[in-house]
Amino acid sequence: MNRRDFAKLMLAAGAAGPIPFGITRAAGQTRGGVLNTVIQPEPPILVSALNQQAPTLTVCGKIYESLLTYDFDLTPKPGMAQSWERSPDGLTYTFKLFPGITFHDGSPMTAEDVVFSVTKALMEAHARARGTFSRLASAEAPDPLTVVFRLKEPFAPFLHAFDATTAPVISKALYENTDLRQNPNNARAIGTGPFKLKEWVKGSHIHLVRHEGYYRKGEPYLDEIYYRVIPDAASRAVALESGTIQLTQWNDVEAFDVPRLKALPNLDMTTKGYEFYAPHLWLEMNTRIAPMNDKRFRQAVLYAVDREALRKRVFFGLGKVATGPVSSKTRFYEPNVPKYEYAPAKAVALLDAMGLKPAADGKRVSLKYLVPPYGEMWQRVAEYVRQSLGKVGIDIVLEGIDVGGWAARCGNWEFEMSAPWTYQYGDPALGVSRSYISSNIRKGILFSNTSGYSNPEVDRLFEAAAVAQDDATRQNLYSQVQKILVEDAAVAWLMELDFPTFTNKHIKDLVVTGSGVNDTFARAYRA
Amino acid sequence: MGFVRAFLRNPGGMIGLVLLVGVIAVAIFAPLLVPVDPWEMVGAPFEPPLSPDLPLGSDTMGRDIAAGLAHGARVSLAIGLASTLAAVLVGVVIGATAGWFGGLVDAALMRIAELFQTIPGFILAVLLVATLGPSLAHEILAIAAISWPPLARLTRGEFLRLKGRDFVRAAACQGERPAALILRHILPNALAPIIVTGSLTVATAILIESALSFLGLGDPNLMSWGYMVGAARTVIRQAWWTSVFPGAAILITVLAINLVGEALNDALNPRLARGRGA
Repeated sequence: MNRRDFAKLMLAAGAAGPIPFGITRAAGQTRGGVLNTVIQPEPPILVSALNQQAPTLTVCGKIYESLLTYDFDLTPKPGMAQSWERSPDGLTYTFKLFPGITFHDGSPMTAEDVVFSVTKALMEAHARARGTFSRLASAEAPDPLTVVFRLKEPFAPFLHAFDATTAPVISKALYENTDLRQNPNNARAIGTGPFKLKEWVKGSHIHLVRHEGYYRKGEPYLDEIYYRVIPDAASRAVALESGTIQLTQWNDVEAFDVPRLKALPNLDMTTKGYEFYAPHLWLEMNTRIAPMNDKRFRQAVLYAVDREALRKRVFFGLGKVATGPVSSKTRFYEPNVPKYEYAPAKAVALLDAMGLKPAADGKRVSLKYLVPPYGEMWQRVAEYVRQSLGKVGIDIVLEGIDVGGWAARCGNWEFEMSAPWTYQYGDPALGVSRSYISSNIRKGILFSNTSGYSNPEVDRLFEAAAVAQDDATRQNLYSQVQKILVEDAAVAWLMELDFPTFTNKHIKDLVVTGSGVNDTFARAYRA
Repeated sequence: MGFVRAFLRNPGGMIGLVLLVGVIAVAIFAPLLVPVDPWEMVGAPFEPPLSPDLPLGSDTMGRDIAAGLAHGARVSLAIGLASTLAAVLVGVVIGATAGWFGGLVDAALMRIAELFQTIPGFILAVLLVATLGPSLAHEILAIAAISWPPLARLTRGEFLRLKGRDFVRAAACQGERPAALILRHILPNALAPIIVTGSLTVATAILIESALSFLGLGDPNLMSWGYMVGAARTVIRQAWWTSVFPGAAILITVLAINLVGEALNDALNPRLARGRGA
């Protein structure tokens, strides 16, 4: 951002800053006001059914809704559906919608729109949703307020596939029988959410205003939201400090800035609201390549990296050391798994036992680490891992690469080590098993089982847990599979990532669900 | 030894030389001066300068800035020298060929040189490194690729000037082969401007290397000054020392090489030196 843009931003914020007249009170919350925040990088499109990049999902969370939302403990809560029911055989799900839901263009939203979105639009354009909804035998709308889904076979996490990032509802009237990606309505971003798109000045800001026809009476409390494009992290921090923007989310603020900003009296910080995503970071080793095909080697890697120090030094105390494949925020987490404390001596013993003796220069083996090109943080993780492994004789050579190249080489298994991070989406069957089951070893697809780890027992347990009906059975199966994966050190889990959400003290009730900043903000208000 | 005396009489050149010798000494004796791996996290993050064991402070991950500077000197100088050598080699061969043969060969080679000169140099370097992947060899290749055309044109100009001179003709009349003419008679006389331009190319190469590393296109396994400034850019408000010291190192080194280059120019070009009354 150059100086002139910044001056413009300050001016715009100043003009929009004061709370306008007509403040009303609804159940203690103040109506009216503007929320200025930041979006980085700028989304390519504002239709989350067609694009699932992180910034798209954050902005579209205000514009589109789905049938459900999720509490911090991931219990389903009403979204556009006020109630739902699962048949005893686990095959049929019936959702009752709230009456009076309208799209931003004024047309009513009915069960037909839900059926169209799920069975047509998402099946065509949303890879992750396709994974779940391809399990449907049928989807029907017996009346305008009822949707009935029938599954081919039971799929336990089905109720966790109805958040606004997985199953946003778009208008059948506007999109049916059109080329979704070329549809001119994409520019209008017509959803049912509490905020609608007023103006999008590319490179500057996205302006959302209150959807007057919103079905939850009195909501939203805010009148307007400005998502401003501020590419430079230091400028974002200044804007937050000065009150020009009142919210930062995800990666907006650099980790080393967090302790300083946290101490400021005008800001609140929370790491809540990312439970549904539960981003999980690990060191992936291509098990097709020796010595990474030997579990003793992978265990040695886990012993050799001081993950608590990594948390303190690189993430400045944010996040938690990961104990295994499932995040402690995700359902069916099993804490009682084999532990890998920081113990270089154990790592050395394991490597020696493998017969991987150090050469004259102290190096036992040299491996390449493909650095994820998503910013400094991942570069520092790479540098940290290289230093740690170097001490036990595992020489790591970092390879720099661009975004497209990283995705292509990871997807095509042309890597030795890398450190991806993925979302877990509330349920191991949605966001965890994909990285470990043999049937998901699919060349060319990023975030599939790219390490090539394969274990028939793990496959069996994940499959059984995905279709099991009751939570106790599922917990039992997932506990078993977590123990096996950790014992095998399928990958070297590093961190459960936490992201800081900073809000100005004037902004209340912003993070109210497990989707946090990607949620609707319908109940956020300015005090 | 009029050249040496002329050089020593130039105060700027002397300052440059002293600084440059200092930087080279630091580079050579880095493992003795700062016996710490520059990547090793030896202290707490953001320790200010003059902390115990950390004379210049530590960076975002608690790495010793002094160690980074000393080891970075090796990388910067090595890349500067290697890429300049490559550029001089390519530039002189192409320039000499064009100047000696003239005609179509000359026209063709100079069009190629122009092609490189019309593309903004730094952009081309970024493009090359981004395409080939960031590594030491690719950085050297990219810097050499954008540095050779001026050297080629210079060499060509010298060859055109010298090949018609009487001493070259006389040698040709005595039956010397073209190779001998080029190597024994023309090249030695063309060397002075090539050395001067080459020395200045080293400075430019160091700057380009720093800029590439700053942009994250440096070899991720080598601690270099540009990388240090790039990594420290976002923390400049918390920890000025993380960017100021490597930045100063780049400044001093490039300045030193430029001063030496200028002094070489004056010393090797006596007419110019006399004209200035030096």
